[in-house]
Amino acid sequence: MIEIKELTKRFGKKNVVDNVSINIKPGTITSFIGPNGAGKSTLLSMVSRFLDSDTGEVLLDQSNVKKWKSNAFAKRVSILKQSNFLNVRLTVRELISFGRYPYSKGRLTAEDETFVDQAIGYMNLHDMEDQLIDELSGGQKQRAFIAMVIAQDTEYILLDEPLASLDMKHSVQIMKTLRKLVNELGKTVVIVLHDINFASVYSDRIVALKDGELVKNGPTNDIINPQTLSEIYEMDIPVQEQNGCRICVYFNAHAN
Amino acid sequence: MRLWILIIITMILSVISLFLGAIDIRFSDLLDLDSDELKIFLISRVPRLLAIIMAGAGMSIAGLIMQSLSRNKFVSPTTAGTLDAARLGIMISMLFITNVTYTQQVIFSFVFSLAGTFLFIQILDRIQFKDVIFVPLIGIMYGNILNSITVFFGYEADILQNLQSWFMGSFTLIVAGRYELLYISIPAVLLAYIYANKFTVAGMGEDFAKNLGMSYKVVLNLGLILVAVISTSVVLTVGVIPFLGLIVPNIVSIFKGDNIRKTIPLTMVTGAAFLLICDIIGRTIVHPYEIPVNVTVAVIGSAIFLILLFRGRAYAKKS
Ligand SMILES: Nc1ncnc2c1ncn2[C@@H]1O[C@H](COP(=O)(O)OP(=O)(O)O)[C@@H](O)[C@H]1O
Ligand SMILES: [Mg+2]
Repeated sequence: MIEIKELTKRFGKKNVVDNVSINIKPGTITSFIGPNGAGKSTLLSMVSRFLDSDTGEVLLDQSNVKKWKSNAFAKRVSILKQSNFLNVRLTVRELISFGRYPYSKGRLTAEDETFVDQAIGYMNLHDMEDQLIDELSGGQKQRAFIAMVIAQDTEYILLDEPLASLDMKHSVQIMKTLRKLVNELGKTVVIVLHDINFASVYSDRIVALKDGELVKNGPTNDIINPQTLSEIYEMDIPVQEQNGCRICVYFNAHAN
Repeated sequence: MRLWILIIITMILSVISLFLGAIDIRFSDLLDLDSDELKIFLISRVPRLLAIIMAGAGMSIAGLIMQSLSRNKFVSPTTAGTLDAARLGIMISMLFITNVTYTQQVIFSFVFSLAGTFLFIQILDRIQFKDVIFVPLIGIMYGNILNSITVFFGYEADILQNLQSWFMGSFTLIVAGRYELLYISIPAVLLAYIYANKFTVAGMGEDFAKNLGMSYKVVLNLGLILVAVISTSVVLTVGVIPFLGLIVPNIVSIFKGDNIRKTIPLTMVTGAAFLLICDIIGRTIVHPYEIPVNVTVAVIGSAIFLILLFRGRAYAKKS
């Protein structure tokens, strides 16, 4: 279990993350939503040890993430950051294979290969596995990165706006894959999403942040309703039910 | 290019190199154990060949490591001040220690090339404008600054003459007893191979490395030490060979990508073959005299470097 306890991060005078406490429920998809600059990326960076908090702590299995050994931590928690710059000429398969690095240090065993094959299958990258990463489109590259994280086979998968450069088809494909990872393999996914409807349709829980503060944290159905949404986004967002999914129709909403 | 084809080419080049020189040596001469030809062969030709192979392979691997650690295709011992710092170290040792021993020179040169490269990587870390071309240009300027310091103090102390041999890369003076330091590049290259995956991961950048549980700093330090060991051994025996660590890894990368575990053997062999060709050319065109190898490498190398710059700008930048 990951517990975020009274976490605060300051940049200059501003509390970019302000006294945030959240328990990440194992075996769920938790979506982080909120406007730009809300502190979502900063929060994920502290959970994944990329950034030190000013006060508060993050616990993984009751012990502070900072106390974990790098390699052991990399087998439990993986993160794909919001922007990834890679100027290394590797094939898609080679890149995904490096997801096995915490286990094999790059010398792949048969078991490692199985995980790599599986990850390629999940992201549907068979027909480009021998292509060089730098010959792919932004969206294809993003799928390869996600496959790498899947191959890492960690219990916790943190993804920071992974759908940013993806078309609708692949966005849906990725969200379905994540659902599968959670339902079938018992993974725990924490994902920052920009599109509230992907959060609504695919996640178990939603965490809303604004100006560094935790605004809402609860089961998806408790968040996706006009009252709560207007508190978060400061605009009226009608919610419609469709095939059992709640869809927010925000395109022509009235800002307060 | 396949590895085994390259190995065969290198072997052919080696044979040519062994039988090339002011004095004609035939294979039959070598069967006579008392002949002068056999002596020349063992004292001069074989050491020269071994020196070329180790220097060529070593400098190429040093370049490969530096390119992955700096994440810039155009950073190499020549374009990051490494070789210039090594030379500065030799000068300083001669300046401050009377009757300086070889070991002392080796240590000074090693420490300076390590510190010099480390400093450059630190500078790189701090500058905002990380253009692929701009970075090596800064490195070349940085190397020139180190060089002027060496020349200035060397001139003042009147030891420039002694330093000259390290300014010019040449195999002319390589004989048995004068190249053995190069052997320490072999374990360095072996370590580079053993840790190849770490260098590949480091080349993916700090974010990826950290996510995979790898300590970026440890790998950075390890890499810089290997680079310093190789550079020191080459500068102190052969002198400065420019461009080698720049061109060879880039050529291999264009064809074979950046999975370092896969490319190290190819990079080594290509480096050795390239230096052999340059040396053979230098020994042939003004026969029985020689053009120092740093000149032939610089001419051929700068031409290839320019090609890489123009057609490679896109390639080096691709992300
Ligand atoms: N390294 C940094 N230095 C200073 N300010 C930063 C830094 N990183 C983020 N910020 C600021 O922190 C705030 C939250 O950023 P971020 O966590 O990226 O938000 P989000 O991911 O929710 O869009 C923003 O106002 C941003 O400008
Ligand atoms: Mg963000």
